[in-house]
Amino acid sequence: MAFYEQQQRILSPAKAGYMALTLVLALLFNLLPWRNVVGLPDMVALVLTFWCVHQPRKIGIGIAWFVGLMMDAGNGALLGQHAFAYAFLAFAAVSLHRRILWFSAWRQAAHVLVLLLASQLLMLAVRLVAGGVFPGLTYFAGSFVAAALWPTASFLLLLPQRRPEGMDDRSI
Amino acid sequence: MDYQPPPFFSRGPAPLVRLGFFACLAVLLMVLDARFRYAESLRQVVALLAYPLQRAALAPAELFGAAAGFFTTQVSLKQENEQLKAKQLLAANDLLTVDALRAENAQLRRLLEARERLPRPSTLAEILYQGRDPFSRKVIIDKGSRQGIRSGQAVIDDIGVVGQVTRVYPLLSEVTLITDKEQRTPVQVLRNGLRAVIYGGGERGTLDLSYTAANADVLADDVLVTSGIDGTYPAGLPVAKVARIERDAAYSFAKITCVPTAGTDQNRQVLVLSQEMNVPPAPAETESAAGKLPKQKRAKKRE
Repeated sequence: MAFYEQQQRILSPAKAGYMALTLVLALLFNLLPWRNVVGLPDMVALVLTFWCVHQPRKIGIGIAWFVGLMMDAGNGALLGQHAFAYAFLAFAAVSLHRRILWFSAWRQAAHVLVLLLASQLLMLAVRLVAGGVFPGLTYFAGSFVAAALWPTASFLLLLPQRRPEGMDDRSI
Repeated sequence: MDYQPPPFFSRGPAPLVRLGFFACLAVLLMVLDARFRYAESLRQVVALLAYPLQRAALAPAELFGAAAGFFTTQVSLKQENEQLKAKQLLAANDLLTVDALRAENAQLRRLLEARERLPRPSTLAEILYQGRDPFSRKVIIDKGSRQGIRSGQAVIDDIGVVGQVTRVYPLLSEVTLITDKEQRTPVQVLRNGLRAVIYGGGERGTLDLSYTAANADVLADDVLVTSGIDGTYPAGLPVAKVARIERDAAYSFAKITCVPTAGTDQNRQVLVLSQEMNVPPAPAETESAAGKLPKQKRAKKRE
C-alpha cells in the first residue's frame, strides 16, 4: 500500500552533531558578504524548516529562537526580529511535519514556500511597526528561491542518513 | 481516575506553550532594543558568539580579492600609474598653496579668537560587509572598541562623509550610512552658509534636505558640507550635492533631493574620526526647563 506520494526509505537516525553542523554552515552562508543580491535565499530558515519537518523531536522552537538571535546580532538587525520569525517558522513546521512528509518533493516545496513567506511577512510587520520602510516586493524573492532549493536541499541533507545501496532498496 | 502519560512519553510543554513563551521573549527583546536600547549587552554577547562565523564567512571573499590582485595585468597597473601621475601634477599646485593658506587661516582664526581646529586622531578601517537587513543601510567595519572606536564617531572616505558609528562590539563596529532612513547629518550649503539638517532617504540611496523653507536659497548642484556645530563631524566635509528641487506652493517646505558625495556603496577603506574634545559645554538650562533642574541637582549629589 502506497500511502506516501514518494517511496519512503529506511534511514539511519540523524546525528545531533550533523544537524548542528548544517545549521552552522547555513549561518555561514547567510553571513557571507553579499551585496544587495536580489532573491538571496535565507538558508538558515530553509535548514531549520528541514530539520523541524524531519526531526521534530530533536529540534524545535527553542533552538530556532536562538539561531534567529545569532542572525540578528550578526546582521545588526532589530534584536529579536529573526528570533520571533524563526520561532513561528519552527512551530508551523513541527505542527505540519506529518502532513508535509506525505507529499512528493515539489509539493513539499510548495508547503515550505508558504511557511517561509509567512515568516518573512512576520518580520516585515515587525519592522514596519518599529518604523521601517517597505523594502519593495523583491524582499520576498528570497523565499521563492529557497523553496525552489527544497528538493535539492532535502536530498543533500538526508545523504548521510542513507544506507548503502544493497540495504536501501526495500520500500516500507 | 487520573490519567497520566507514562514518563517515557513526556515531551515537555506543548508546542503552542513553547511558541507563546519564545514569541513573548522575542517581542520583549525587540521592544527593549528598539525603544530603550537596553538589550545592548545581550547583543554584545551574541555578537561575540557569531564573530568566528563572521570571520570565516569573509575568508572566501578575501581569498578572491587576493587572487584577483595577483592576476592584475601589467597594462592595468601601467594605466593606473599614468593616471595617478596626472592626478599628482594637478594636485601639486593646490598642495604648494595649502601651506600658505593654512598659515593664513591660523592667523585669521587667532585674530577672530576662534577655537583652533586640532587635527583629529583617526583610525583606518575596512568595510567587511553590508548588513543583510533590507530595512536599514548599515555596514560592518573591522575595528571595534579594542582599537578605540567609540559609538558616535564620524566615518569618512577620501571624498566625503560615509556615516556614523552606531554600535561598537569588541572587534567589529556597525556604521550607519548617511543614506539610512534614521540617520540625520547637520549640513551647510557651501555657497552661502545656509544651515540645515539632511535626512537619509532609505532604499533609494539618496538624501533629503527636509524642513527647509520653500524660499530658501538652495540651487541645483549646490554642494552641502558638514556644518560642524554638533561636534561630531568636523566642519567642511562634503556630504552631498543637490540633485533636484521641487517647490510646491501648497507646502511650506521645499522637497530637495540630494545625492551623497562619498561612495557610500562602493569603497572598502574608510577613516573613523575621533570625537572633537574642545567643544564648549552646552548652555545651562534656563527657567523654561525649570522642571529639569532638580533632576540635575540630584545627579550632581550622586557624583
